[in-house]
Amino acid sequence: MTDRIAGLSRRDFFRLGAVAGPASLVAACGWDGGNLLRPKLAALSRVNDWVGEKVLHSNARLARVYAAAERSSTMPAYYISDHMPTLNNAAAWTLAVGGLVRKPMQLGLAQLQALPRLSYTVKHHCVEGWTAIASWTGVPLAALTAMVEPTRDARYVRFDSFDKDYYNGWDLESAMHRQTILAYAFNDRPLMPDHGAPLRLYSPVKLGYKLTKYLTTITFTHDRPGGYWEDQGYPWLGGV
Amino acid sequence: MSDSTMPGGLADVPAAPAFTPAEPAGARPLVHRHHWLVRLTHWANAVLLVGMIASGLQIYGAFAHFGTKAHVYPLPNPFDASRYPGFPHWTRLGGWLAGGLQWHFALAWPFVITGLLYAGYLLASGEWRSLLFRPRDIRPAFEMQLYYLRLRKEHPAQGKHNALQKGAYTFIFALGVVAVLTGFAVYKPVQLSWLTTLFGGYELARYWHFVAVWLFVAFTLVHVALVLVVDPASLRAIITGWYRGRFPSHD
Repeated sequence: MTDRIAGLSRRDFFRLGAVAGPASLVAACGWDGGNLLRPKLAALSRVNDWVGEKVLHSNARLARVYAAAERSSTMPAYYISDHMPTLNNAAAWTLAVGGLVRKPMQLGLAQLQALPRLSYTVKHHCVEGWTAIASWTGVPLAALTAMVEPTRDARYVRFDSFDKDYYNGWDLESAMHRQTILAYAFNDRPLMPDHGAPLRLYSPVKLGYKLTKYLTTITFTHDRPGGYWEDQGYPWLGGV
Repeated sequence: MSDSTMPGGLADVPAAPAFTPAEPAGARPLVHRHHWLVRLTHWANAVLLVGMIASGLQIYGAFAHFGTKAHVYPLPNPFDASRYPGFPHWTRLGGWLAGGLQWHFALAWPFVITGLLYAGYLLASGEWRSLLFRPRDIRPAFEMQLYYLRLRKEHPAQGKHNALQKGAYTFIFALGVVAVLTGFAVYKPVQLSWLTTLFGGYELARYWHFVAVWLFVAFTLVHVALVLVVDPASLRAIITGWYRGRFPSHD
């Protein structure tokens, strides 16, 4: 054995290193891809969104509904403000619905509660990997949308909040899913500030970060809105 | 390439007095063992698997338990956050949860495509016959185990791979399939609810996905150890395709 080890030439070792090198480099140091790869990863994430929307999604599919007895004992409450966002004057709160619609509206909580309502007990999927089952009651977004009459140009829906600059963008089809609601009740009780009072978006077919809390404005748009976390790298579609 | 089931497989290669490591290397036949597609997919898979596992460990760190938020399931998990401070920074890929997810989903497609290419090649070439563990391999597997335990003197007849190797290579491919399916089950638990249910629900599918990681790691450690200890010449074969070593193909 001079320059060979067990039938391996130096060239073979070089070749092996050429393959194994990048592998260990990629794994090392908690790397995020750097400035070169990060935009490409984000672009690939949009490809996955496309597959998630066009191939791995049926808007007719409903998420499984559970019995109230199966509710989880805890439901984490996340917000991005330093303190839990609350309204100084809850009575003055209204939801503005506008953008590419024929009949823009301002609705108070009582008006929303007078609209058709949907209650369900469903499983919440967080992007972090945990789940929790809870009951929600609210207005189907499709019912409200029918009232404001979006124009043909409307393709997306943007949801804004008073939790700092938290917002989300949805495709219109997901927004019209039968289980997409504007929830004002949680586990049979009025929604509290920890879960987005007075009104939050809810759907069991989206990850939690897509479900805007502390709603202020709903805007129908032609161009795709981003989102607070989505702009930072989370999948835009966020469907489960 | 063909399935060597002939009983006298060893005797058919008189030029290769196998299992006599003292023999000078030059006397061993140089045989072409691995098609370029097998070599390509093998190394692509090695790199992709490292990336998939590293980004997976990054994702796992966001909720380092199994079960629901309210109830951690009593599943064996030495890496539960209550006992384990989290995987070291250098083992993770992506920097944070969103980065880990992006890497994981970006590498998942090449990982699936690599698996399909490999399986497609095996099917088209017929080479699957020398790799797929079938019921008739059970008895030779026992014989091989006896040989390894030195309870049997003669090396049992074999084709390109012995029965234990077939078992290992069949297992690792099946593990890849399970890893991909549990991945989809966790990715789309509502849209693919039938798949998620098949694995016992979202929380358990996530657990099986994690178990697959450690089976991959265990396989790789044993795989590399056996290559280096038992048949280092096979390392050259999986790089260049050419093999000159103790176990020339008997087909």
